[in-house]
Amino acid sequence: MSNPFNWLKNWQTRSRIVPSTSPPDPAHTAAAQINDDLTRNVVETGWKWWAVLLFFAAVAGLGVLVVCDQFYEGIGIFGNRRPEYWALPIINFVFWAGVALSGTMISAILRLVHAGWRRELTRMTETLTLCALAVAGLFPLQHLGRNWVFFWLLPYPNERQLWPSYRSPLLWDASAISVYLATSFMFWYAGLLPDFAVLRDRTVGWRHQLYSYLCLGWRGSDKEWKRLRALSGIMTVLIIPVFVSLHTIVGWDFGMSIVPGWHSSIFAPYFVCGALYSGCGAVLIIMCLVRAAFHLQKYILPKHFDNIGKILFSISLLWFYFFAGDAWSDWFTNDPNHVAWLRFMFTGYRWILATIMFFGIVVPFVALSFQKVRTSPWPMLFVGLSVNIAMYTERITVVIPPAARDWLTWGDYTPTWEDVAVSAAAVGLFGFLYTLLTKFVPIVSLWEHKEGLMTEGEELTGSAHLQVVVREEAIS
Amino acid sequence: MPLTEKRLQEMKKANRMPTLEEESTPYERKWAIVIDLDRCTGCHACEAACSMENNVPTVGPEQAYLGRMHQWIRVERYWEGSYPNVKARFMPVLCQQCDNAPCEPVCPVYATYHNPEGLNAMAYNRCVGTRYCGNNCPYSVRMFNWYEPIWDEPLDQQLNPDVTVREKGVMEKCSFCIQRIRRAEEKADAEGRDLAPDEFTTACAAACPPKAITFGNVKDSRWSINQIYNDPRRFRLLEEAGTEPAVVYLKEVEQDG
Repeated sequence: MSNPFNWLKNWQTRSRIVPSTSPPDPAHTAAAQINDDLTRNVVETGWKWWAVLLFFAAVAGLGVLVVCDQFYEGIGIFGNRRPEYWALPIINFVFWAGVALSGTMISAILRLVHAGWRRELTRMTETLTLCALAVAGLFPLQHLGRNWVFFWLLPYPNERQLWPSYRSPLLWDASAISVYLATSFMFWYAGLLPDFAVLRDRTVGWRHQLYSYLCLGWRGSDKEWKRLRALSGIMTVLIIPVFVSLHTIVGWDFGMSIVPGWHSSIFAPYFVCGALYSGCGAVLIIMCLVRAAFHLQKYILPKHFDNIGKILFSISLLWFYFFAGDAWSDWFTNDPNHVAWLRFMFTGYRWILATIMFFGIVVPFVALSFQKVRTSPWPMLFVGLSVNIAMYTERITVVIPPAARDWLTWGDYTPTWEDVAVSAAAVGLFGFLYTLLTKFVPIVSLWEHKEGLMTEGEELTGSAHLQVVVREEAIS
Repeated sequence: MPLTEKRLQEMKKANRMPTLEEESTPYERKWAIVIDLDRCTGCHACEAACSMENNVPTVGPEQAYLGRMHQWIRVERYWEGSYPNVKARFMPVLCQQCDNAPCEPVCPVYATYHNPEGLNAMAYNRCVGTRYCGNNCPYSVRMFNWYEPIWDEPLDQQLNPDVTVREKGVMEKCSFCIQRIRRAEEKADAEGRDLAPDEFTTACAAACPPKAITFGNVKDSRWSINQIYNDPRRFRLLEEAGTEPAVVYLKEVEQDG
């Protein structure tokens, strides 16, 4: 009788790549090479991956400890006070919800405008969306005074048939986050099916079992591809209103209140634009890190950075317009409360405003003007970081100063170390989830990359090289 | 058809509760408070009485410094002029029990709601602590329990059994001493009569030495509050916010010299 723990002893060898027996057909060899390259992040695990995972786990673990302390002690361990009832947790929520926009932008918006270069980026940005949204969704629950009854906020009736109040923007929030999380998960998972099937065919042992379940019996028949295409088409159109609703609702959390500085009808489009901005920045960061970590230089090209850089450049202008418009509209109301709040912002918060201006306007504007910068990955990483620093700071100025200058009561908010630890833990948790997922999904979509190779090419007409693209509509 | 005292009595006799429809119709009572700022001396007796009556926890100096003090009624002090012609003005601020309350629609769990008597009632057990109501209250009268509430010795020995003790993580605020309202109703019920005018009052009004605070039902002209409710000196706090408060202030009378 064999030792039942044998499988544990040699699981590493059992899950190695099965050597492919490729026929001499060059196209087939190229496809096999792509499969080898793009599944490497799943099937090969080095000590570096473990180190990164454990580092992020440690940072996230610190936050978990602080939150446990919060359950025990009360929300008072954080810096919130009257009248700043909302502070860092809500800032983190808005920030991570903004970062979560990236996947939709790359997969849905760029798909609608037939940008072929999106194909290599879809998977990594959709994964980014899922992880960031999971982190964002935790903060509204974490900041509750009585977290253990968080489910009272979910939209279903209690045992006395009393529904939660749909007049409250917080309930819109709960609904929008859950819908967005579900939709983006479906979008992500549908796109993963053919890749899971490839992994199923190229692994043995427990991984083979796992991917057999995950790929839902994908065989790659014509019918299945047609259905996948139809599903992706529908989801693309559906997910755009969902993301607009999510970010407008995040804006309405503030806009629907009567606090001067929050009560502003510009918040809905402003937040969508801000989310686009930080989402694009986050895409740059993740592109650069994933490319370096998994040696994807052959797949993520300078042209990708260039294109994202151009998008970021235009969004930065739009975002500045909204940023200024927000202040202008307050100024033009000539409402004493709003003007007093503006004065407070532009005096007490001048250094924070200067930070936003420098990292959010000056750095991207100057750096992205040069093609040389736009096409080089590492400088673009810093542009992405700079944009996200600016956007985080901007969320601070959205949440803190209006509440700090309430109608009758004024307060001065100072975060405690617990606040900072939980905010850092958000980065840790995000990194942990993302690192973990890179071990289970190919981080560049195999089939979309191949689809790009097959549907895009050059045609020599006379002496001109013409770009030829087969549209998806023509395939199905 | 509004719920009158008589109809309520009939329901009691028939041993039935008001239906949902009846409950949502406006009530024949409207509780209000008039605060005569000309009489207020800023003695803070209302704060002390309120804390005793409503089991308002003490938080200690460190938390109070952070702005986490629990005061269901607070006497705000405003300085006017410069030395030597300095004048202090006092204004007791409590929950204004707004008719158009900004705190109510933002609560996702109906922990704060409008009851038929026009009060902003709080259901502490329903509160999950989103603190949105606290943000949206222009008067900042909502207090949050940042920690498990504590009462310094010997206050822990004198908690009012009529009032719920709140848990950590929930909002609380002035209730217009709803326990006194209910007690008076029960007493009137037991004696088979209507509420008598000025039969009871809130803790802050009872404790106010110069009688600056008057509590009463403004829909029943026999209550003494009606004599000053429409005083020409009246104003309401932050009227421009459109909250329709039930608390009316009477302006200070300026005296020469």
